[in-house]
Amino acid sequence: MIDIGYNATLVAIGAGLLGVAAGVIGAFLYFRKRSLMSDAISHATLPGVAIAFLVMVALGGEGRNLVGLLTGAALSSLAGLWLVHWINRNTRLGEDAAIGAILSVFFGFGIVLLTVIQTIGAGRQAGLESFLLGSTAGMLRADAYVIAVGGALALIACLILRRPMTLVSFDAEYAATQGLRPGRVDMAMMTLALAVTVIGLKVVGLILIVALLILPAVAARFWSDRSEVVALLAGVIGGVSGAVGAVISSLAPGLPTGPIIVLVAAALFTVSLILAPTRGVLAGVIAQLRFRHRVHMRQGLLALAHGHRVHEGYTLRLLRRAGLIRADGVATSEGQREAALAAQDERRWTVLRGRPEAATLAAHYDGLTPIDTVLTSDQLTELDRLMKQGSDHGHATIRRAERGRSDG
Amino acid sequence: MGNEFVPLSLPPLLIGCLAALACALPGNFLLLRRQALIGDAISHVVLPGIVVGFLVTGTSSTWPMMLGAAAAAVVAVALIQLVHRVGRIEPGAAMGVVFTTLFAAGVLLLEQSDTSNVHLDVEHALYGNLESLIWLDATGWSSLLDPAALVWLPPELTRMAVVLVLVMLFIGLLWRPLAISTFDEGFARTLGIRVGPLGLALVIVSAIAAVAAFDAVGSIIVIAMFICPPAAARMMTDRLLVQVGWSALFAVASAIIGYVLAGYGPLWLGYSDSVSAAGMIATVSGLILAVAAMFGPVRKGRAA
Amino acid sequence: MNDLSQTAPLKVRGLTVSYGATPAVFSADITVQPGAMTAIIGPNGAGKSTLLKAVLGIIPRLSGQVEVYGESFDSQRARVAYVPQRASVDWDFPTRVIDVVQMGLYRQLGLLGRVRGQHRALAQECLSRVGMSDFAARQIGQLSGGQQQRVFLARALAQGADLYLLDEPFAGVDAATEKAIIEVLKSLKAEGKTILAVHHDLSTVPDYFDHVFIINKTPVAEGTVQEAFTQDALQRAYGGRLASGLLDQLFPVANPAPPASFGAGPA
Repeated sequence: MIDIGYNATLVAIGAGLLGVAAGVIGAFLYFRKRSLMSDAISHATLPGVAIAFLVMVALGGEGRNLVGLLTGAALSSLAGLWLVHWINRNTRLGEDAAIGAILSVFFGFGIVLLTVIQTIGAGRQAGLESFLLGSTAGMLRADAYVIAVGGALALIACLILRRPMTLVSFDAEYAATQGLRPGRVDMAMMTLALAVTVIGLKVVGLILIVALLILPAVAARFWSDRSEVVALLAGVIGGVSGAVGAVISSLAPGLPTGPIIVLVAAALFTVSLILAPTRGVLAGVIAQLRFRHRVHMRQGLLALAHGHRVHEGYTLRLLRRAGLIRADGVATSEGQREAALAAQDERRWTVLRGRPEAATLAAHYDGLTPIDTVLTSDQLTELDRLMKQGSDHGHATIRRAERGRSDG
Repeated sequence: MGNEFVPLSLPPLLIGCLAALACALPGNFLLLRRQALIGDAISHVVLPGIVVGFLVTGTSSTWPMMLGAAAAAVVAVALIQLVHRVGRIEPGAAMGVVFTTLFAAGVLLLEQSDTSNVHLDVEHALYGNLESLIWLDATGWSSLLDPAALVWLPPELTRMAVVLVLVMLFIGLLWRPLAISTFDEGFARTLGIRVGPLGLALVIVSAIAAVAAFDAVGSIIVIAMFICPPAAARMMTDRLLVQVGWSALFAVASAIIGYVLAGYGPLWLGYSDSVSAAGMIATVSGLILAVAAMFGPVRKGRAA
Repeated sequence: MNDLSQTAPLKVRGLTVSYGATPAVFSADITVQPGAMTAIIGPNGAGKSTLLKAVLGIIPRLSGQVEVYGESFDSQRARVAYVPQRASVDWDFPTRVIDVVQMGLYRQLGLLGRVRGQHRALAQECLSRVGMSDFAARQIGQLSGGQQQRVFLARALAQGADLYLLDEPFAGVDAATEKAIIEVLKSLKAEGKTILAVHHDLSTVPDYFDHVFIINKTPVAEGTVQEAFTQDALQRAYGGRLASGLLDQLFPVANPAPPASFGAGPA
């Protein structure tokens, strides 16, 4: 009997390395908006596994050699990948339809082959069902080595290719001018995704391996707008999910490895979705509420300043709560002051936006930004003087002031 | 001949055809709306749905499980929208996030709970058991007219028929708004068509079809039938009504040819057992798509 | 022209729309005159299309009221027709030209109403009005950009509306189409219909339209072409982005009175 503890450790290391590689690759797939391609890749492995088994049995072998089965998986998934590409290029179908068609048909054919294997009597012993959901229970040490080494190799390949992949996923056309071939880089990316899928089959299973390519990348996206950071973070999240998931699943029975790894990743995703600064849901809701508040407040004040009636209930409530209008809708003295300020701000903007030489500054206008946060006090004075004079003499000064500002 | 065919082959054949139709019809609109993979997502979340349905009610009867599955499908669609809209994640990735997570949760629940006494396992969820839906009380074609025997038709057949009628009613009644909003959503809104609820209704109807079909034939057929027949029909015509007609034809053809090949193919090759009918139906639908993609009269799109 | 006793076909007050956390349109007020042809103009990203879409409820608005013929848009839908920007639909959709035009009859036909001979005749007539009757049976994706635009105009005609909203009807179309479209719009105007169109080509504004609404996030100017389509207003809306050559062409001599050829000046 093999030492389970040692095996479990090996599997955890392998799953961790695999997770890092899957996270990084997944990030690039996500940048290229091709996350679900991995779903086609993974489902398309099934016929290959079954055919490899049948071939190995026909050649007199045992049929369960992991390297052999994974080679079969890689070949059939490569065929699936090529077919998705072909359908996309040669027919009117979109990539989503091509992915769906290939994944369901390959998977269906794989199921047919699995029943064939049962029919010819090699049946239950084959254990090929474990490829559906992944299983590390009773794994051979050699298999654990395959996974650990495979995960490490995939990770190394990712690190080597990270720069071209970044360039291509950011701007394929520009990358082409830099001597890269986007088509080839894409192919390398897909091959890596395929490698990660195949290596992960035994651990995570073909239905869920796609999660390792999607969840960490999407989770990481919440935390940064820089592609390298996202890829790195996705690697970390994937690695943690893989390693922690594998360890948890080895602690007790009834905790299948694949689902546990996916659920760890899903937990990290949920935390990111809710709590991430700026892109997170919580931050988004707060920002949206604040923004709505600002818009209505500003519009209400401008309406007051122009003597228009305010119709919208929310605006009225805001103004009333801030003590700017009385219950009957008439402005309080503070309301009048605030309204006058808002109106002055709007007038200043109008003048500034009419001046071609101030175009850069005027571009800051969005109806909400107070002008004194954009102009220096010198520029403001100049602007007010212009408003009084309505003459052309101030152009040069504004231009000079603008230059000074952009230097500072 | 009828003596064996009617009890053993007719019900599964019919159920296969009904399931294929119920998925392929809404599949046309999903395909045109670039939501083809919704079927994939729904069929994955059916598993956690039935497990939860079973755990909540403690029975393995069909209705709680189907309700659970339908609820899971709706929850999944809502979550996908949430992740997509609120999290600003592109739809494909949002879908991937949601269905893998829910599927993983379903598998874990299944492993953790004691379901050994009910027929509930992942493999069954994936490829169903079309071959076992037999009608033992039938003795031949005459049984089709015999009320006593008809009572014992497999309940899946009745359920699937009801669901297919529902799907056809939905598409028939709402054909115009569905077509307009799929073609030009902004214009549909200006006409007063409630585009959001309509899209959601389409997904829910698809989910109901998927759940019913899943119960009878497993989720492989569901995914394949949502996509392959409509996709193949897409290569045949430039008119929506005609496309839907072709897709129905392809769906039925896949079901019949697939079932026959699975049941009799191995015998012809000299083996004694049959192979998975669900898998074979999916395979045949893929072959039909392949032929249409290579020879269909309008296989290439015209738009830029 | 400015018959104030008639209700404005479209009246918008305090409309703000945002994508994310910056307003695309801020506090816009617009009043469209009945029977007028009004152009919405402004630089790229000024919120012209956004304004139109928010009015129609295609995109949500953050604040603001929209009145169509003095009532809510919902109750007046049947009187409004919309021609979207060409890029916004799925050109590969399995549908023929005539089917697209018949979509304009949706409110008339309802869910299940049968398409009868009179409906087909109406759709065919709308197609011939835009000079596309020979293309009725073509798949919509087979047409050129200009032909597609004309089909969409025909669909709007089929709606039999009083107010026509068009989003960049002349963008990327050939000269023949531009001419055909403007003929149709002018004939609509002659029938007393009201037209509001997002427009990007400043040089054709005085020829095609009688009213303008100039916007750059907020409204800059509104009124007849004579009143509002001024060098000053354009300068304020476009800032430095306006080519001086175009300005010279539109306003040939800055100081002396504009020549009689410009606008509807004194004859």
